[in-house]
Order: sequence, then structure tokens, then C-alpha cells
Amino acid sequence: MSEPSKPHAPQPEAPNPDTDAYAHESELETHLQTKRMYINMGPSHPAMHGTVRMRVELEGETIVKADPEIGFLHRGFQKSCENVTWTQCLPYTDRLNYNSAMMNNFGFLNAVEKLIGLEIPERAQYIRVIGSELHRMHDHLTCVGATGLELGGFAPFLLALEARELITDRVTELTGARLTTSYGRVGGLNRDLPTGWSEKVLKSLDKITELLVEVEGLLMRNRIFVDRMKGTGILSAEDAIDFGYTGPCLRASGVDYDVRKVKPYWVYDRLNFDVPVGEHGDNYDRYIMRLEEMRQSTSIIRQALQQMPAGPIIVDDWRIALPPKPEVYGTIEGVMSHFKLVMEGIQVPPGEVYDCTEASNGELGWYLVSDGRGRPYKVHVRAPGFPILSAVPHIIEGKMLADLIPTFDTINMIGGEVEQ
Amino acid sequence: MDRVSAHLPEAVAERYVDRAGGAWAVIHAQHLPKVAAFLKTDPELNFKLFGSVDAVDRLHLAENDPRFEVVYFLYSLTRKEHVRLKVRVTESNPVVPSLTPLYKGANWWERLAFDFYGIRFEGHPDLRRILLYEEFQGHPLRKDYAMRDRQPLIPERPIKDIFRGPGTSGHA
Repeated sequence: MSEPSKPHAPQPEAPNPDTDAYAHESELETHLQTKRMYINMGPSHPAMHGTVRMRVELEGETIVKADPEIGFLHRGFQKSCENVTWTQCLPYTDRLNYNSAMMNNFGFLNAVEKLIGLEIPERAQYIRVIGSELHRMHDHLTCVGATGLELGGFAPFLLALEARELITDRVTELTGARLTTSYGRVGGLNRDLPTGWSEKVLKSLDKITELLVEVEGLLMRNRIFVDRMKGTGILSAEDAIDFGYTGPCLRASGVDYDVRKVKPYWVYDRLNFDVPVGEHGDNYDRYIMRLEEMRQSTSIIRQALQQMPAGPIIVDDWRIALPPKPEVYGTIEGVMSHFKLVMEGIQVPPGEVYDCTEASNGELGWYLVSDGRGRPYKVHVRAPGFPILSAVPHIIEGKMLADLIPTFDTINMIGGEVEQ
Repeated sequence: MDRVSAHLPEAVAERYVDRAGGAWAVIHAQHLPKVAAFLKTDPELNFKLFGSVDAVDRLHLAENDPRFEVVYFLYSLTRKEHVRLKVRVTESNPVVPSLTPLYKGANWWERLAFDFYGIRFEGHPDLRRILLYEEFQGHPLRKDYAMRDRQPLIPERPIKDIFRGPGTSGHA
């Protein structure tokens, strides 16, 4: 005889290890149980400085594997440059790094001028140094401020931004644009300094120095900041060289390499400045490097403003620089040169060159190939941020997740140049 | 470069110093790791800092056979100079031995050259696209890839007369 059918009794559900942390009784006994976890930081994570996705594999709080994925900003920098004239590349170079547009701009021009075999006027060389150093400070201020912000200090960030805003104002007066300046030209510069600009710069530098002291005071005595920075994100000198580090990140590891010193370009050999070198290669050293470099930049700008001679700011060669407007409107040669430069571009002799300048994050190298026509045949940019970012997995694997933030801050990766 | 040709005469095909004073040499592909190892470990040369790698598509140049030129940029901290190593490879078989085992920095740059030019680096641990997405067809920096060619992952809005920048239109 069969059992009379009963209403279905609710069965207890089997524990699901995916949703229930203590699915197995034995896990109650363990101290702190961990499961391997994958975290996608970014794209557009507030701590990622731009659009980078970091796929992090975690064992508890320890990073087992980190895989940075870039390319979200890729816009075909090389291809764009290869399809426009040499002068029209300038706006593209500005956008490699919005924090130091002038440096990218002048670096590219320096390489083009090497390819042509052109010497630019002395005054233009001084103004290029001043512009570069202003933008170096601009870049470092952003980096230092953002580092402070992401480790919990809001006031240093505001102070750094106030200092940065002073520089931006001076840059606007000089170039007419806040960030993407397009100020250089092959053979010199777009325009001369505005009247009274030098005095304004000197005043701004005084104020920036004051602000820097405040920023430093707030951060250096902040226990959280110092503890998070010291001894984290260490990269040895050997590894830094092997990865192709340059700039403050390389110097923080104790390698004295600065393009301004080893291969002086423009008038850097006439200016008196020091290159700070660290010893530990940790985040704290990288941060100190930037603070010290800003002080050196201040001194460079003061010297350059003092030494700067009067004179032309662009070469007087109508095959390279646009003729002055009265000549364009008044003479047939002027019209012809203007027309040919605008329509065909500067005729760069065939050949190739590799040239580098010291940008805020390191050696900014340009490999240019010309086939003798008005457009570049090949533009290769060795962006300093690219090798620096490629070493992040090496630095961070086996360390804590919290170390990722200061490491990512102090290497100061800039999406525009890394992703071309 | 003199030392390299003296030490490995069979590897160097051509040497040159350009107008700006940059020294470069064309290396036979199979000898590249040997030359790079010599440049790196020789105590007098000491080319330890890895600059970058890129390729030049010589399709439209007068001298265009073989088609690709892979250029390595190395720097010596003691000699304070840059050097360029070039390897020429054909379109049908663009294979170069990877320098990643020698220089950690070569990893990403070689991926970049692979992504944009389709140069394959033999012995690279992780050769995949770096800036473009996996589904991308072709290699955009080759000269025969049309400037205005588009491969959007999501359909673009049907705006016909939007200006797409300079260069030739249409597909390759």
C-alpha cells in the first residue's frame, strides 16, 4: 500500500558556496577565509587618472596579478600626423599631454629642426626653456596635488591647483590658450612675450613657492600620507633601467639621467640648476623628486628671464616661417611663400632623425622620417609614460591593493601620450 | 657601432650616421638578439636603457624592398648616446626575434608594433594587441590602410556628411 500523499514539505536548500560565505562548516573554523577575487579598476576609476582599466586579481588584500589595459583614448596620433603637413602636427602633439602641452610641442619642433638642420634664434630658445619649465611645474603640481587628494588630503590638492591656476593664467597670456597651446612653430615661436609678462611671471613664481611650502607642510606631516608613500611601490635602479624608465621616476631609483644635462638643448647649458636624485625608488622618493624639480624649475625660469636677449623669435627664412603680414600683402614673393607654406607645408629634406627632450615625465623621443615632401612620412613618439606604465604589474604584484593607488599616482601616467 | 662590427661582422649589414649625429645600423634579423646582448652586456658600451621599438612601412619610399623596417632605440647611460638597430623584414614574413627576454621594457613596445604594423616578434611571451581591441581587422599604421577606414564596435550613427579628418576616404 502506498503512503497517502502528503503536502510537499519544504526541503532545506543545499548551501551555495558562491553566495554563502560560510557554506561549509569547516570554514567557520578558519581565521580569515579568502577567495581569489577579480576586480576591474576602471576604466574611469577616480584613482586611475584617465581611462585605464586595471584588471586586478586579489588574494585577500594582496595583488596576485595586475594587468593594465589601455587603448581607450587611442585616436591614431601617428596616422593623423602622417596625413597632414609638419606644421599641422602641432595641435596633435599638444594633445599628447594636456598638462605639459608646450613641452610636447617644442620637443617635436626640436626634432623637426634637427632634421632640417636649423638653428633657432636665441630669444626663441630662452622662451622655449621658460615655457617648458612652466609646464613642467604645471605637470608636477597636478601630480603632487592628485597624490595628496587620493591619499585623503583635500587641502593640498586645492593649494596645488591654486598654484597651477597661476601658471595656467600666465600660459594663457603667453599663448592664448589654457591647455592646448600650439605655441611653437618650426624655426621659432608663434609670437613674442606680451608686455609686462615677465614681471607677472616673477610675481607668480613667488606665490607658487609660498604655496608649495604649504603643500609640503600639509603632506609631509600627515601620518597617513607618509606611511602610505614610504616603502611602497619600490622599483630598483636595475629594473627601472631595464624597463626604460626616464625622468623623475628613474631618478627616484637613484640613476642620474636627465636629458637637459647629458645632451643640453636650447640654452640649458647656460643655466645653473641641479638634478635631484633619490635612492629608494619608492613612492615617497618619486614624490620628493617632483617637489624638488619644481624648485629647480623656478630658479631656471628666473635665470632665463634675466639672461634673455632681445631679438627675433623666429628664423627669417620664408621657406620655413610664414613671412610677415606686410610682406604677404605687399609683395609677390611674400604671397607665394605664404601660399606654398600653407598649401604644401615645409619641405623637409629626406632623411631621418631621433631626437629627445626632457619632458615632465622623462625622455620624450621623436623618431621622424621624411621623404622630402611637405608631410611627415613617419612620426614615432617615444612617450615617457608608456614604459613607466608597463612596469606597474612588476611593481605591484605581491603587494597590497592599497599600494596600487599611490603607485599609480606617483608614476604620473598620462593617457594621451601613452595611448597616442 | 665600430665595436659591434668588429665583434660581430656577420651581423651588421649597413652602418650609417645621420645628419643629426645619430648612429644606426641595419642588422640581419637572425643576429638581432646577439647584437643586442652584446650592446647590453659589453662593459664599454653598456646600452642598458631600453628606448622603444617601432616599425616603418616603406611602401611609398623609393627604396622599399623589403617593406618593413623595425627600429630599436637603445640608450647607454655611461656613453650618453642613443643607438638605433634596424631590422628589415618582408611583407610576407614579418618576423623578428623578440628582445623581451633581454629587456623587460621591450614587452609593451613590441606589442605596439605588432598591433599597428603586424610585425610578429618570435619569443614574445604575450603577443596581443595593446591599444586596439581584439576584434580589429588589419593593422592601421600600414600605409595601405585607408585613413578614413572605420571599424566601430557599435554601429555608428548614419551621418553621411560628417567630416572625418584628412586623408583618402573609403575602404582599403
